[in-house]
Amino acid sequence: MKRSGALLLFPLALLLSGCDLVVLAPAGDVAAQQRDLLVVSTLLMLLIIVPVMALTVLFAWRYRQSSTTATYTPDWDHSTKLELVIWAAPLLVIICLGALTWLGTHLLDPYRRIDRIEPGQPVTQAHKPLRIDVVALDWKWLFIYPDYGIASVNELAAPVNQPIDFRITSSTVMNSFYIPALAGQIYAMPGMETKLHAVINRPGTYTGFSANYSGAGFSGMRFAFHGLSDQAFGEWVTQTKSAQAPLNRDSYLELERPSENEPVRHYASVDPDLFGAILNLCVERGKMCMNEMMSIDAKGGLGLAGVRNTLPLQYDKLARRGAVFGNDPSYVASICTAEEAAAASRAARDADQKYWPVRDLSPLRGAGLLSPGAGSRRADAKTPSLGLLRFEL
Amino acid sequence: MPETLTKFIFGRLTLESLPLHEPIVVVTFIVVALGGLAVLGAITYFKLWGYLWREWFTSVDHKKIGIMYMALGLVMLLRGFSDAIMMRLQQAIAFNGSEGYLNSHHYDQIFTAHGVIMIFFVAMPFVTGLMNFVVPLQIGARDVSFPFLNNFSFWMTVGGAILVMASLFVGEFARTGWLAYPPLSGINYSPDVGVDYYIWALQVAGVGTTLSGINLICTIIKMRAPGMTMMRMPVFTWTSLCTNVLIVASFPVLTAVLTLLALDRYVGTNFFTNDFGGNPMMYVNLIWIWGHPEVYILILPLFGVFSEVTSTFSGKRLFGYTSMVYATVVITILSYLVWLHHFFTMGSGASVNSFFGITTMIISIPTGAKIFNWLFTMYRGRIRFELPMMWTVAFMLTFTVGGMTGVLLAVPPADFVLHNSLFLIAHFHNVIIGGVLFGLFAGIAYWWPKAFGFKLDPFWGKVSFWCWVLGFWFAFMPLYILGLMGVTRRMRVFDDPSLQIWFVIAAFGAVLIACGIAAFLVQIFVSIRKRAELVDVTGDPWDGRTLEWSTSSPPPAYNFAFTPIIRDNDAWWDMKKAGYRRPLSGFKPIHMPENTGTGVILAAFSVALGFGLIWYMWWLAALSFVCLIATAIGHTFNYHRDFDIPAAEVEQTEEARTVLLTARGARA
Repeated sequence: MKRSGALLLFPLALLLSGCDLVVLAPAGDVAAQQRDLLVVSTLLMLLIIVPVMALTVLFAWRYRQSSTTATYTPDWDHSTKLELVIWAAPLLVIICLGALTWLGTHLLDPYRRIDRIEPGQPVTQAHKPLRIDVVALDWKWLFIYPDYGIASVNELAAPVNQPIDFRITSSTVMNSFYIPALAGQIYAMPGMETKLHAVINRPGTYTGFSANYSGAGFSGMRFAFHGLSDQAFGEWVTQTKSAQAPLNRDSYLELERPSENEPVRHYASVDPDLFGAILNLCVERGKMCMNEMMSIDAKGGLGLAGVRNTLPLQYDKLARRGAVFGNDPSYVASICTAEEAAAASRAARDADQKYWPVRDLSPLRGAGLLSPGAGSRRADAKTPSLGLLRFEL
Repeated sequence: MPETLTKFIFGRLTLESLPLHEPIVVVTFIVVALGGLAVLGAITYFKLWGYLWREWFTSVDHKKIGIMYMALGLVMLLRGFSDAIMMRLQQAIAFNGSEGYLNSHHYDQIFTAHGVIMIFFVAMPFVTGLMNFVVPLQIGARDVSFPFLNNFSFWMTVGGAILVMASLFVGEFARTGWLAYPPLSGINYSPDVGVDYYIWALQVAGVGTTLSGINLICTIIKMRAPGMTMMRMPVFTWTSLCTNVLIVASFPVLTAVLTLLALDRYVGTNFFTNDFGGNPMMYVNLIWIWGHPEVYILILPLFGVFSEVTSTFSGKRLFGYTSMVYATVVITILSYLVWLHHFFTMGSGASVNSFFGITTMIISIPTGAKIFNWLFTMYRGRIRFELPMMWTVAFMLTFTVGGMTGVLLAVPPADFVLHNSLFLIAHFHNVIIGGVLFGLFAGIAYWWPKAFGFKLDPFWGKVSFWCWVLGFWFAFMPLYILGLMGVTRRMRVFDDPSLQIWFVIAAFGAVLIACGIAAFLVQIFVSIRKRAELVDVTGDPWDGRTLEWSTSSPPPAYNFAFTPIIRDNDAWWDMKKAGYRRPLSGFKPIHMPENTGTGVILAAFSVALGFGLIWYMWWLAALSFVCLIATAIGHTFNYHRDFDIPAAEVEQTEEARTVLLTARGARA
């Protein structure tokens, strides 16, 4: 019986050895920590699940009708001791798992800057994060490197062991930005910015894709993610810069049109305001940006006259999609010039960038975790490490 | 101007709306049309229309309505499963540059329709049907609180199903995924009729579901037999009560959110658009505030079924009745505190995510307690492995795995790597097939003799059982592995050839499940053929414990000639032990509700209204809306709502049963 069971398992093992369980063997430290949590949680739960399944089989066999030796107590329906056990056992497991969840969720919050490159190697001031702005388009990915002034479509590259700060948005509908080998996913939503912080530890080419269905070309929304050595990354940047095409508002509007299975494309220069404009749904010139509109609204709005003035500002691409309702595109003169607004928002973002390392949130609210950035300042201090999750005692 | 006139009459509907360019749909249409004509022809040939109309369609008898719900669920299961097997086939062959056999326009409709149909028009009718049939019998009532409303609810559910089915042949269905997230489902990105079909099908069916929830709550609260205190209710009735509380509390949210989406699409409001203050994230929150309780709406009654089955077939009182009840109530309440776990990846922040992750895990405590309670019911029992018990054991072994992966997905960092992956697909099929469907099959096998007076054929039942159980493991275990390989859901084509083998295994599992469904249909057919052999005249074929087994099978229209008096939560077991004797005389006239066709008419107008709105045939929408209101008002003037079954007729019915029972006694 046992041998035949092993024989049955053999082809399964063979099958599994042939496939790449990337979620269980990622190449980035964040994904590796997420994997650890996944494995520990599974083991914790197996403490309950295995006995339950074993008992099910055992009781089903032991107390079958044809069994003549089994005890039969038709009226036994209560035992306070047993009840205590059956409520307490799952409760204990959940308490452990809950604590693990609270810690792990805060530690691996995608919005939180990473504080280690890999186990035993904390982030220091020397690690300048690479900023990448990600835009999910119909149906391809646009990656803008504001630090280098370059951009690429459906190809992403990053140097190994350098923190990456992703800022993510979408042009039309919801997508989810996911590179399993690097880190967990986060939604890409139009008019909204989500963040992801990660690091890739091993050079190689990995797959990235949208993990949230977004329409007809969804299956082809895949891209290669290259983890490169510093030198190779430098070469990649040079190569990208050698591409002729610039990415400005006009070429973006051209690129934004729905298309499927797009090939890789490089842009040698990028309009520095483009990502902000995409995020605020105002790439078309003369359109009021969401952040402008919100700041006007926050100050009390424009009154009735303003309602009429802003009505034609509908963003969604009606005519292009053959929509039934909606206005023809028309524009109002902006309240301040688009350049002024863009410069202001850029300044605000840069200020935010500069601000973070000196921000000190300690003591942290409830989490008992290292505050964002604290890791880099105290890199030399011995931080106690408890295997899976590192936190400050 | 003929063009304007055509446009006025037909709205958006043109000849191009018929999917004549999709050969698969055309063939399906021909098959469905021929099959439909054959059925209609047969009904006409055998002159069954009058019988069906009088005895079934207009019936307000909760038992008949329950059976009709089950029939609806079964028909829609075939449709939903066809979608499933088409997806499996597409994913098994779309490798190495092959596009498979479905284009994205068709494939995207299929996975949307599969989800919508399986949840709203398979699982819901099955669950509602089971509750409708069993609850009044278990609490010793003669019908539900509002019999007409019950019939109306059923036909509204049918109306929704008709709209979904119509979308297959007239126009198209949504291409958005089963929850139709905006902005994709907004008018800008889905300008066609698909999402409108989705909205109005669910709105029409939602009316039925909500009203049926109200009806069953009232029934359980107000119509229990004397002596049946809350803590003496059978566990199935308890879980039904909790489910219906969930329905009444959550379906209005669905109605509201779909109304907002409809306003966005029809009158240009900006609730969920990208700009003008619209916020798609609000939709995602609202739909899951309905959506999460919905999964407990589906599973709780089946927890009840497993409790009844385990206790009956172990020949033992249910272990820990009180803790079972409290576990159910705790799950009911907690199911409202977990909705955000469906979108940890939206970026709510670590503390919010942790809160919802931990509340989700807490639900597994009462659920675990339930599993232990069933285990200890089996402990020191005398287990008869009839079909319902086989399904129960299969459930306990399958569902625990699904529960474990569910808790795993509730850990936000783990969810970040598994969200929307095939691991998630495997997880929820693991709990919905392993829990809801296995439970339904257990429930059907268990109560079938009560509904029809003969048992289901065990041989074909076992064939179906093994095909389903093995099919499930073959179809979904590869999906767990694919999820760990980072494969996401709703993909139409793949470029990594190493994945293919797993999809082929999954497709094989789906074929096994198809055999399981076929064997189930054969089982029903064979059982009807062999009904004389499988007959049960006692009304209590399983040595049951609850009240429904005290009356005849099938029960008379009035269920119980005399309302029983309850002393124990295993009421019938207690009555049997106390040497209960059926009263044979002293019958009184029984007050019963009168059949009415209003429910059918109202639902028909609702379908017309929905169809008019979908295709912008405003005249049809306006006209059917006026007719709908007029019929509803008109019905309030119908004073022929009840009648009395004369005592003589009751006596006759009971006498006939006495004769049967004596004949059997004499033979034995």
